[in-house]
Amino acid sequence: MTEIQSAQQPRALVEGHDLSHQVGAEVMVQMTDMNKWYGPFHVLRDITLTVHRGERIVVCGPSGSGKSTMIRCINRLEEHQTGRITVDGIELTDDVKKIEIIRREVGMVFQHFNLFPHLTVLENCVLAPIWVRKEPRRQAEERAMALLERVKIPEQAKKYPGQLSGGQQQRVAIARALCMTPKLMLFDEPTSALDPEMIKEVLDTMVALAESGMTMVCVTHEMGFAKTVADRVVFMDEGQIVEQAPPSDFFANPRSERTRLFLSQILKH
Amino acid sequence: MPATDHPAAGGETFRPLPPRPPPSSTIGPLRWARDNLFSSPLNVMLTVFGLYLAWLIVPYLVDWAILSADFTGSTWDDCPSDGACWVFVGARLDFFIYGHYPPAERWRVDIVFLLLAVVLVPQFIPRCPGRLWLGVFGLTLYPVITGALLLGGVFGLEAVETGSWGGLMLTLVLSYVGIVAALPIGILLALGRRSSMPVIRSLCVVFIELWRGVPLISVLFMASVMLPLFLPDGVNFDKLLRALIGIVMFQSAYMAEVIRGGLQGIPKGQYEAAAALGLGYWRATGLIILPQALKMVIPGIVNTFISLFKDTTLVLIIGLFDLLGTVQSSIVDPAWGPVAVEGYVFAAFCFWVFCFGMSRYSQTLERKLHTGHKR
Repeated sequence: MTEIQSAQQPRALVEGHDLSHQVGAEVMVQMTDMNKWYGPFHVLRDITLTVHRGERIVVCGPSGSGKSTMIRCINRLEEHQTGRITVDGIELTDDVKKIEIIRREVGMVFQHFNLFPHLTVLENCVLAPIWVRKEPRRQAEERAMALLERVKIPEQAKKYPGQLSGGQQQRVAIARALCMTPKLMLFDEPTSALDPEMIKEVLDTMVALAESGMTMVCVTHEMGFAKTVADRVVFMDEGQIVEQAPPSDFFANPRSERTRLFLSQILKH
Repeated sequence: MPATDHPAAGGETFRPLPPRPPPSSTIGPLRWARDNLFSSPLNVMLTVFGLYLAWLIVPYLVDWAILSADFTGSTWDDCPSDGACWVFVGARLDFFIYGHYPPAERWRVDIVFLLLAVVLVPQFIPRCPGRLWLGVFGLTLYPVITGALLLGGVFGLEAVETGSWGGLMLTLVLSYVGIVAALPIGILLALGRRSSMPVIRSLCVVFIELWRGVPLISVLFMASVMLPLFLPDGVNFDKLLRALIGIVMFQSAYMAEVIRGGLQGIPKGQYEAAAALGLGYWRATGLIILPQALKMVIPGIVNTFISLFKDTTLVLIIGLFDLLGTVQSSIVDPAWGPVAVEGYVFAAFCFWVFCFGMSRYSQTLERKLHTGHKR
């Protein structure tokens, strides 16, 4: 316990932030006995997980444990083979129309940002609102500028992604996802490809987003973020959910031997 | 947090050094010559040899083409000197440009040329107002207007048979239609070849491999000689149209492969980001994937255009007289002496001007579309 606390310098995330909030009873994502195979390889095994509206979930685990695959199933970037996933009451099936409806409501931030390099920052942000939501350009641009303001880079709006630093690009990616006013945000290792100096600016943005009450599912190795922001930490290994608990329990009294080993590995130095 | 004002750093302040210009020995023309012309004994020898060759050839060329050449007149008798007989090119220029198009109707071709210049020239001028719309006009309405003007038979214009079309005008018609039609068909074929639907994919693969595996000459032969044999009696369509269809099919197969190369260069993350935002297949393709893929393969696309432009000369073998064809039929005219070199130099120069123009345009486009560094 003491070892964990000393190793985890909370990155000054909590100061000045109000992270107390109410988790709604309404279910946002429900996965039930979900399984997935890559060829003969069984990547996800009997995944059952419920995410409520307003809840912030951090998914952690060793690489290759299926964390990314699991959250990519939520917006069908990966297809599950057995079991059920419902997002905002809509079940994910082969129905392309339903998939597109769900993707409109679910924002995603990727490890490698995946901004569109041929469009300016502002154009990146307004593309989906204009073409998917059929919003008038003016209105979309106004909201995009407000969101860029919120992620603290309004001055970069006319630049191209290639001219921005990694941290700035990731903040643009967050703004781009928010421009669709999603009900749920997925983060797939958003800080893993960043230089150490830029991790904080992205995490600050995510904390601010959590403050606003957004439902979030984050795959991340940032245990400081998990501690201060998460309502629940989900630990995965070998394609299974090993345990899930509020961060205070998860870090202080991990129930499973596997979790204890994982925590001791990452918190050693 | 900037390293300069860390509270725990104990007062020592970090100041970055100001940037300085490079030492003068690394820039300038002398330095350039030393690096590029005289960097090793072998390079010194090659430079000297190159200069010697230039000294042998250039004075002779200048003498032949300009100093001892004949420029004015209208017949072979006006060419008494040893140099080039440019009189021949001047006297036959109308034929080289219009072929056998009726002289009274040639103003129609002139309008078509003028419109082409109006469409093309602004494309080379950065920030020319309305150049996007001119480009759109060039790709959509312009071919229709050109067809109406050249063919006639509408709006009281006298009909002109395509058999009398020829010269530069025919070359431009063939390559313009080839370029404007082959690009979209090529894009569709490239997308089809990467489709997840097996039927569409196989159809596209068969089409592409079939047309790529056949020489253009045999395509043209089949279009002009064999196709009529299969058609029922009385059903026949224009020879030029048949050649055009053959060229478009042939070039779109090549175009498809060039564009497929670009599509393969797009990282998977771009598709995923587009999908995650709720963009469907066609929107993701049109707004995200194609703009990037096409930009990446501009050099390849223009390369295909250039080879298409030059391949149009092959229509000579099915009896259509393009620019090279008109030159070739003129140099055997008994009214003139040996003027083959002048004729071919003129034809080569015309082709070079157009191909070089396309090459420059592609470079302008690449620079314009460059948006910062690749990740």
